[in-house]
This record gives sequence, C-alpha cells and structure tokens, in this order.
Amino acid sequence: MTEIVMSQTPPILHGPSDKEKKYDRQLRLWAASGQAALESANILLVNSGCGTVGVETLKNLVLPGIGRFSIVDEAVVKNADLGVNFFLDETCLGKLRSKCCTELLQELNPDVQGEWFPKQQEETVVLDKILSDSPTYTLIMYTMPISPEDLAVLQEYGRRHQTPLIAIHSAGFYSYFNIQLPGTFPIVDTHPEAERTIDLRLTKPWPELTQFAEEMTKGMDQLDDHEHGHLPYVVLLLHYLEKWKETHNGQLPTEYKAKLEFRKMVAKSARTNNSEGGEENFQEAVAAVNRNIKEYKLEPTLAEVFAHGACNDVNTKSSFWAVARAIKEFYQKHDCLPLPGSLPDMKAQSSVYVKLQGLYKAKARKDAKEVLEIAESLSGGGNVDPTEVDLFCKNASFVKLVNATGSDQDLSKTFEEQKANDSLAEVTMMPLSLFPIYLALSATTHEPTASVEKIKATAHSRLPAAADDMRVSQACEEVARAAGGELHNISALTGGMVAQEAIKIITKQYIPIDNTCIFDGIASRCQVLRL
Amino acid sequence: MGLSQEDSTARWQHLDHIRKTKGPFNPPDDEDEEAPEMLDTLGKSTILVIGAGGLGCEILKNLALSGFKNIHVIDMDTIDISNLNRQFLFRKADVGKSKAECAAAFVERRVQGVKITPHNCRIQDFDEDFYMQFQMVVCGLDSIEARRWMNATLVNMVDDDNPDSLKPMIDGGTEGFKGQTRVVFPTMTPCIECQLDLYAPRAAVPLCTLATIPRQPEHCIEWAHIIAWDQEKPFPSLDKDDPEHITWLYQKALSRAEEFKISGVTYSLTQGVVKNIIPAIASTNAIIAASCCNEALKIATTAAPALGFEDNYMSYHGDEAIYTNTFKYEKKEDCAVCGSLSKPLEVDPRWTLQELIDSLATNASAQLKKPSVRTESKTLYMRFPQSLEEQTRPNLDKTLREGLGLVEKQEIAVTDPAFPALSFKFFLRFT
Repeated sequence: MTEIVMSQTPPILHGPSDKEKKYDRQLRLWAASGQAALESANILLVNSGCGTVGVETLKNLVLPGIGRFSIVDEAVVKNADLGVNFFLDETCLGKLRSKCCTELLQELNPDVQGEWFPKQQEETVVLDKILSDSPTYTLIMYTMPISPEDLAVLQEYGRRHQTPLIAIHSAGFYSYFNIQLPGTFPIVDTHPEAERTIDLRLTKPWPELTQFAEEMTKGMDQLDDHEHGHLPYVVLLLHYLEKWKETHNGQLPTEYKAKLEFRKMVAKSARTNNSEGGEENFQEAVAAVNRNIKEYKLEPTLAEVFAHGACNDVNTKSSFWAVARAIKEFYQKHDCLPLPGSLPDMKAQSSVYVKLQGLYKAKARKDAKEVLEIAESLSGGGNVDPTEVDLFCKNASFVKLVNATGSDQDLSKTFEEQKANDSLAEVTMMPLSLFPIYLALSATTHEPTASVEKIKATAHSRLPAAADDMRVSQACEEVARAAGGELHNISALTGGMVAQEAIKIITKQYIPIDNTCIFDGIASRCQVLRL
Repeated sequence: MGLSQEDSTARWQHLDHIRKTKGPFNPPDDEDEEAPEMLDTLGKSTILVIGAGGLGCEILKNLALSGFKNIHVIDMDTIDISNLNRQFLFRKADVGKSKAECAAAFVERRVQGVKITPHNCRIQDFDEDFYMQFQMVVCGLDSIEARRWMNATLVNMVDDDNPDSLKPMIDGGTEGFKGQTRVVFPTMTPCIECQLDLYAPRAAVPLCTLATIPRQPEHCIEWAHIIAWDQEKPFPSLDKDDPEHITWLYQKALSRAEEFKISGVTYSLTQGVVKNIIPAIASTNAIIAASCCNEALKIATTAAPALGFEDNYMSYHGDEAIYTNTFKYEKKEDCAVCGSLSKPLEVDPRWTLQELIDSLATNASAQLKKPSVRTESKTLYMRFPQSLEEQTRPNLDKTLREGLGLVEKQEIAVTDPAFPALSFKFFLRFT
C-alpha cells in the first residue's frame, strides 16, 4: 500500500480572479462582504424632470456592480435631454427615456441587470403595480419633481418593506438629498481611522500580559544595548506604570500633569551612552503615553447603543441587538469592552513582537467567545453568528446608530437654530447655514418651474418665520433662476454623493448621513442637517 | 456633422437659461454679462484635461455637457482591467488601448459637436508653446510629481504683459471616500507647490527592520521588493503590472513571513504595497470631477462666482457622514515655485552630504528624488553631466559642517530633473 504523506500544503498561489481584478480598487474599501451586499441589491429609480441626477447616481452604482436596477420614467427623449444627460444619444430622440438610459447604463457593466418602466410610450405608469409586480427593492431613489400621489405610494412601500428611500432634488447650482431609513439603522463596520482603534489595555492589563511584561523587564538594566533597545514599548510602559504606582499610592498617571511627569520618567530611562545616542523604543513609548494611558470611557455613540430601548428588549429578533445586549452585559461585568485584539507596529525583535501580538489575539478570542456565550444564553441557545460577534467585538467602540431618534425634526426649530448659529458665524468662523437652499428647493417639489413669487410664497407658508429672511429670499431667487433645469456638473456631483450614501446603506459599512445633505454649487460646499 | 441652430438652442436650453438669467449672487456691476452673443465664449475657448483615468473620464463628460467644444486630453497610460470599476468610458475590449484616445473617441461619439484631441504621451513631452493655446487646465492626476510639474510650468508661463498667459489650473484628487478640489490662478493665488506639505510621503520602513526584524506582512513584502529582487534578479527589470513579477514577490514575501511566523501576506496586499495602490471608486471621482468642472464653468462664464481668489480649496470627506471644508489656503512666501524666499531645511551638521540628499526625498516640503546641490559659490553634488558627477561624488561622504564647511543659515540651491525649470532654495538649520 502506498503511504499517503500528509504534509502541510503550501497556500495556493493563484492570482486574483477576473472579478477581483475588475473590482480591486473598491474591494480595498468594502471587502468581499460589501461587494456581496452590492451584488444582491435591487435598486429602483423613479425618475422625472430633467432626469439627470438619478441616472448619474445609477452610473456610480452600476460601475461597482449592484445586482439589479430599474428605472421608472414616463418621459420621451427631447433635444434638451441630450444637453444634460450623458446616457442618451442622437438615436434616442423620440424614444422612452427609461429604456434608453437603462440600455446605456447597462452597457457600463455586463454583470448588472437593468429593467425599465413603462414598456411602451404613452402607457401610463402605475407605480403601485410596478412595485407589487417586482422583486422587493433594497433601496428606492426618486427625483423631484414628484406628484404627491406617487410620493405617498413610495413612502407606503418603504414603510411596509423596510426599504430605505432617497429623495433627490437638483436644480441650477443647488441640490439636496434626503434619506429616509426604516427605523434605527445600526452599523458595526464603521471603518474608523486605524489609530483611533488602538486599544492596548495598558491601564487594565490581563494577567498573561502583565506576566509577559514582567518577564521581559526583569533585570532589564543588565540587558545589552541591542536587547534593551528592542523592548517593545507596550512592555516598557507596563513596566514603568508599575514603578509609577509604587510611588503614587497605586494611582495611574491619567491626569495631564501626571502624564507629563510619567513621560519624563520614561524618557529619562532611555540609554543615551549607546551608538545611536538614544533609543527609538523609548521614544515610541513616550509618544504613546497620551493616547494609551487614560481613564477608560465609553464612546458616546456606543453609550447610545447601550441606552437604546432595543438593547434591553429580551424578545429581539435582530441579531445586531442580540449581540449588542451581550456586549453590554460583558461591559457591565468586566467594566471594559471585549478587546479588539490588534497590535500596532512597534520597534521589537520579530519573535517578541509576534508573541506579544499572539497575546492580544488570544485575549480577543477569549473575550469574543464569552460574548458569544452570553448572546446564546440570552437568545435561548444557538442562532447567533460567531462571525457577527467577532466583527462586533473588534469594532465595539465605534458601532454607530443612524436615525436613532426616529422623530421628525420641527422645521421652525431647525430654522431658529440655524439662524442662531449664523448670528455667531463671524466669531465661530463657521460657514453660513445652507438651510435656506433646502427650503427654497423643496418649495418646488411638485412645481419645478414656479415663479420666484410662488416659490417664496410656498416657502413662507411652510415656514412663516422665514418671510423676512434675506438669505431665504436669495435662495428662492436662485432656485427660480434655474426654472427646474439641471446643470450637468451639479447633478453629476450630487449623483456621486447619493451613490456613496447608497453604498454605505447597502453594505452597512462606513457611516451614512442623518439625514439630509444640501449642496451649494456657488460656494462649493455642503451641509448635513437632520430634517 | 453639426446641429441646426434650432436643435442646438433646444439642446442647451437649461445651461443657456442659467447663463442668460442673472442670479442674486452675480456681481451687481456686471450689467450686461452673458448677453446672448456671449453664450458662444465657451465654444471658442480651448481647455486642457490632464489625465484620462478615474477623474479624467468624468471631467471629459462634464466639460462636454457644460458646453465646452474644444478639449484636449493628455494621458500616457493604457487601460487596465482594474480601471473598469470607475473609468466608465472604457470596456473590457478596450484593455491595453490608450486611455486618452479611447476616452476622447467615446465622448465625441456621445456628445454631438464637441471636439476632443487626445495626446497619448507625457505632459513633459510638450513645451510652453503647446500649453499657451489653452484658456484653462483641469487636472485629474494621481501623481504628485506630475501635478508639481504642471503647476510649475503654468506659473513660469505667466507674463505680466500678456493677460492671456495666465491659465487657471483646477486640480482634483481622490482617495477612497475622500477627495479635494483646488483652484489656482498662477502667480496670483497660492499654487500647488505652496501646499506641498499636505502630501507628505509615507514614512519608509527602516532598511534594518526589513533586513533583520520584520514584524508586519508589509515588511516581508518590502523585503521581497527591495532586497530579494535585487539579490536574485528573477526578471531583467521589475514591471509592477506584470502578474508574473507580482507573483514572484508574493511568493518571496510569503516564505519570509512563514520563517518569522508573520501572518497576513496576500497577493492583494503584495500588489497594494508594491504599486502603492490607493483605493478608488466611481462615486468619489464623480463628486470631485464634477466639482472641478463646476469651477471651470463658473470661471469660463460668469454664471456664478468661482473658487480662487477667496476660498480656493474644497476638501470632501465621505466616510463618516459627509463633511466638506471649503477654505482659503494661503500663499507661501518661501514656495519654490511662486515665492521668493528660501525655506528652512533642518539638518544634523554631522550628516554626510549623502544623508542630506536622502532626506530631501522624504522631507515633506522638498520631496525631491534625484537632487543636485550647490551653494552660491560652490558645487556640492551634480548628477549631470557625468564628468561633473565624478568630480563631485567624493563630497557625498563628507560631513556637512566639518567636511564641507557649511554653516548655520547657509543658503543652498537644489535642482531635480523632475522639475527642470526650478531651483529650490533652502537655508540650513542645524539641529
């Protein structure tokens, strides 16, 4: 009989697949999990008016590979469309805009399915029917103008199917878009900046870490220069913190003045009589004091998660809230969060660093296991996905709830707040509010070519306090100037912003706005407000 | 094939309407700006686009739909499969073709009446006479060096007696969900070089870490890239776009990582580190390119006030909600391109000249890779011609103070073949 030798197989050295090559530059942002979410997304655009901003948005979603999109648009292509919409050409004149745009968009990416409504010219669009005949939409975008009837149909659909809606309005140099999320929208994978996520637990080391540091620093004065200069800063700081506590009643140097003293103490301990005239690892240790030695405090965004009603709901069906509850229990029990487990690079011997890294990873695994067990016991056994627990534990500090309050903002209250901010703008050096632009644009939601008098009247009836506001007046004049026409650049820019937000919502990564973004193409800036 | 007057009027009605109708933010003194006959100014101007990549494709589309009729585009690159997730004028069948030519042909086909002239070459292949024909330059580049070259060229071209020699430069850049737009009126407002320190090069990992104590997967990859490749020379020269070469580096890095028990070396990471890949997506390019073209349209017409003399910089952040910061960047008097003063250069007097030269590559306010150095009275090191190089080479090992007799506040002039028109003036500050 032939003996089968079981050797360790080397990792398969295959290059990336064609799909990985095509999507390489975006996979580096949202990884395979984000890509999979995009590829299973089904997006509806209800298009109208000049028709460019929605199509530009879709372009930015078709390119990264959303699964499927549909365009509802009754318009027939006119000459004016060709001056503003890139996804139409001469051959489209007189044809259905929905069909022409769908075809030219689909051409961008053969992986994406496109669909359009109505199927025939002069066929009346019955939005209700299209919605009920189609597979459930992941996200719906609609552009202004829109009829109040269609708006009501979409909002009802959003409520019933928990589908996020995005309203988009672009006219002249102005635009805004508003995201309506179905209830609280939690995000675990928020992608905070790498250096914010470092958690070394220096003020609260676990026994294995303490022991490791003690062993490494035992008799450190006898170490040769090379070894002394390669003690990792984590080990150095743990060592000097112990020394500090001996002379400070067991207190840690968490106050500003104490930190300064402590930094001096560490800096002074570096050897200077060596060939470099100093030690890089000690410099790294001194530099790490400020960020890593502090009182442990919950991020306010995580405190909001813990305080949320759903976090205490024992009957929750949401896996997010089940894990959030488990993490909260873990936190209450241990007075700290599960360890994220990553270790930044630092001057050290390879083997020492790898060992230290292993300690952090092992502790993170242990904490995650405990969280998983709590979650399972809370949910009455099983049903909790360990990868979801791992991701949550790794990002716990930066988990974020979008649309957490759920309540509608009072428009006059927002206006008053914005006015109050503006009155201090010269002192605070903050730019003036863009709220007037929103007010003026939204006065043309149903009637894009309204006269300036009509726009002002509509805005003022909605918000009587704005009647004698100069900036609101100017914004109304600027909106009237556009007469409902889109400028390609403004729609392309807005389409880019909406697509970024759609990607964040679909992939549940990064942080979407809450909930309205207003763009001013004259001053070249935006403002996000909750409206 | 042109459009009839009637069709043309109908086609551009939205844009023309805005241009003909004065808004509340137009300067009050411009009484008859944009009279109907003025609408043709855009058609008569010639605009240059640098780069036909992620930003460039968008810029060409946007300018064509902003009424510009004469556009040139320069790009020396060919299309790669990894471009297709955002460079929307290209298809799979175009892989390997010239970006400039493909992009120009596509937009010409799609938008009637626009003429786009492609140049499949480097920006450095053209001289000032070529650049003089444009009224404006819009840059969509991923290279800082190319931006600096273009900026220096446009600043140098300004002749106070010839107003046409002033070419506004609009510059866009993106990274992931972030990006920025800058508007420069050369010599009049802060230039790209004034803001050089915003683009500090990534700190290099010390060679001794790569050679003896790697800790991160990146260290193993850099070791394969810098050390193993040089020792083994598996191919005549490294082509970072050749999968076979990347695979070789990946395998080398992987076995080194195994030796040191380091995890995390992947093909994708190898490619990312070796090529210094910056994540790029369609939507961010759309935002920044459109912002650049919005400024271009505002400058070329008087439809609305543009960035430039007051606020001149917009940065966009899309990872955490949306945040823009639009502000006025200040001109620097010690800017090597548009300023007159020399910049401080911190050096250790015990350094050798070689160490000073090496530091210029990583110094945020220099970023010069092949510098030659001289003082007012003495040539310290010159790379060209060869005879002078040989003559000055011994200086490289001399120390600054003892060996070369340089003093505190000594003025030195640095030149670099990447910027032939420039001399960078520094004064030494001993540490």
